[in-house]
Amino acid sequence: MQDNYQSSSYKELEQKSKYTNIFLRWFLYFVLILFASYFIFPLYVMVVTSLKTMEEIRQGTLLTWPSSLNFDSWLVAWGGRGYGAGDTFLRPYFWNSIKMVVPAVFFSTFIGAMTGYVLTKWRFRGDQWVFLFLLFGCFIPFQAILLPMARTLGTLGISNSVVGLVLVHTVYGIPFTTLFFRNYYISVPTELVKAARIDGAGFFKIFFKILLPISAPIIVVTVIWQFTQIWNDFLFGSTFSFGEAAPIQVALNNMVLSSTSVKEYNVDMASAIIAGIPTLIVYVLAGKYFIRGLTSGAVKG
Amino acid sequence: MFKWLEKNLPKIVMAPAVGLIGWFVYGFVLWTLYISFTNSKILPKYELWGFGQYEKLWASRKWLISVDNLLVFTALFLIFCIVIGIILAIFLDQKIRAEGVLRTIYLYPMALSFIVTGTAWKWILNPTLGIQKMFIDWGFENFTFDWLVNREMAIYTIVIAGVWQSAGFVMALFLAGLRSVEDEIVKAAKIDGAGLFTVYWKILLPMMRPVFFTSFVILVHISIKSYDLIVALTQGGPGISTTMPALFMTQAAFHKSQVGLSAASAMMMFMAVAAVIIPYLYSELRRENAR
Repeated sequence: MQDNYQSSSYKELEQKSKYTNIFLRWFLYFVLILFASYFIFPLYVMVVTSLKTMEEIRQGTLLTWPSSLNFDSWLVAWGGRGYGAGDTFLRPYFWNSIKMVVPAVFFSTFIGAMTGYVLTKWRFRGDQWVFLFLLFGCFIPFQAILLPMARTLGTLGISNSVVGLVLVHTVYGIPFTTLFFRNYYISVPTELVKAARIDGAGFFKIFFKILLPISAPIIVVTVIWQFTQIWNDFLFGSTFSFGEAAPIQVALNNMVLSSTSVKEYNVDMASAIIAGIPTLIVYVLAGKYFIRGLTSGAVKG
Repeated sequence: MFKWLEKNLPKIVMAPAVGLIGWFVYGFVLWTLYISFTNSKILPKYELWGFGQYEKLWASRKWLISVDNLLVFTALFLIFCIVIGIILAIFLDQKIRAEGVLRTIYLYPMALSFIVTGTAWKWILNPTLGIQKMFIDWGFENFTFDWLVNREMAIYTIVIAGVWQSAGFVMALFLAGLRSVEDEIVKAAKIDGAGLFTVYWKILLPMMRPVFFTSFVILVHISIKSYDLIVALTQGGPGISTTMPALFMTQAAFHKSQVGLSAASAMMMFMAVAAVIIPYLYSELRRENAR
């Protein structure tokens, strides 16, 4: 953050008596760190638990550090124990999720870019209403479309398949991607487009030569948003797929809920980390863009 | 022909998006609405049956519990998310060292799915091995924390996990809002002798009204749709004590062969969301047009 954006209240504090000042600063940091520990606590517990043996889990507490770094639970969560039937592990479902996320993110981003482009640079009568028409799709509770969607996927012969989930996620991603691109392109001067049109440039040429080269930031925001939403989806995944076609969140939930034999919390935690790590990595690497998506599109599915 | 194509190209490019949303959003909602007026059981029937499903819905104990839980959850979820979000935003706005790191920590739960975080919370709240055991091992022998398996208290575990997941988001919204305020306004107030507390309480927070509004709408929206978190944490249990409308709907539709009833519950959810969203979209659009 730039300095001039920072609250000037710090100066105010400086003028006060030194002791109040020091006390206030300590209080600030105390509260901030207290909350930080509340937020970090579950992640810490997940990681530590996944590295312990069941014996250690029963003896120690949530916070106890593992006696050794033991990645066995991770291997079991990822690749199973190798005893065949009934041995559930995440690897195949992880790939299901990849196969679902990549095309769905691509299609929804592409369609969103196109509609955002038309809505801002090729305006027509009633385009405001068309935008509102699309935007409302961001907010509908998906319960209101689950039943007909299940039937439609059945009719199309793609229920319980990755293809079906790609379709679902593409369609219900369009309102968000349109919103992102529309809000971005609206700040691009229309004069640029007009000048290009006078020079004889067509619809697609203008898009690829003028708009696309300056779209990198919004493409990153959109791709990250869509990736996170689709990767983390559970409602569609659990309603429209089961068994081998399930995405990773569904598989994780099934693994954790399965009541066979003894509960292995270390494997559960390792599984949860594996299911969460792709979005977490994206967040850590590109947090700025993730937050921009959150605060501008600002609805979580 | 070519001329026509060129002239209408923008509309042709728009067509897939409008067609898909028209069919898969509006068409499907209308279909669900229609089915909610039929006596559909396992399969949809198209003979109209009036308001029977809605009468059945509001006579169902499980639905009433769902609505009750939703109200309790929404109220607490809103209050805690907004209060924690504002505190964190204001505190972070004081030229804090390592602000970036703290912000990253407060917001990372938003990047995780409710299934992942629900799994973690379920383990933490587990009475035999989780927090309860931690305190007992520390010497508090009579410490009990069995909310997860306690009918009366289980709903609050969902609040704890939900607030943990979404409070950072409110923080981000408010921090962005506070940072967009002109420095001059704050300086002028200080010249007039206003203290730090007064500056926030009397000047900055009232200016954040749109941010309050946005947070409110989004949080209510999240809470009406909450489904994943409940599935991961309690499956609506113990018994049906933590069931909520979204869970009611999917169970009626896909496990209990009550297609008509589930459609009616879906429409109730739809109306609740619409009641919050339509005024929001209206005011947002008006603000944009006013610019």
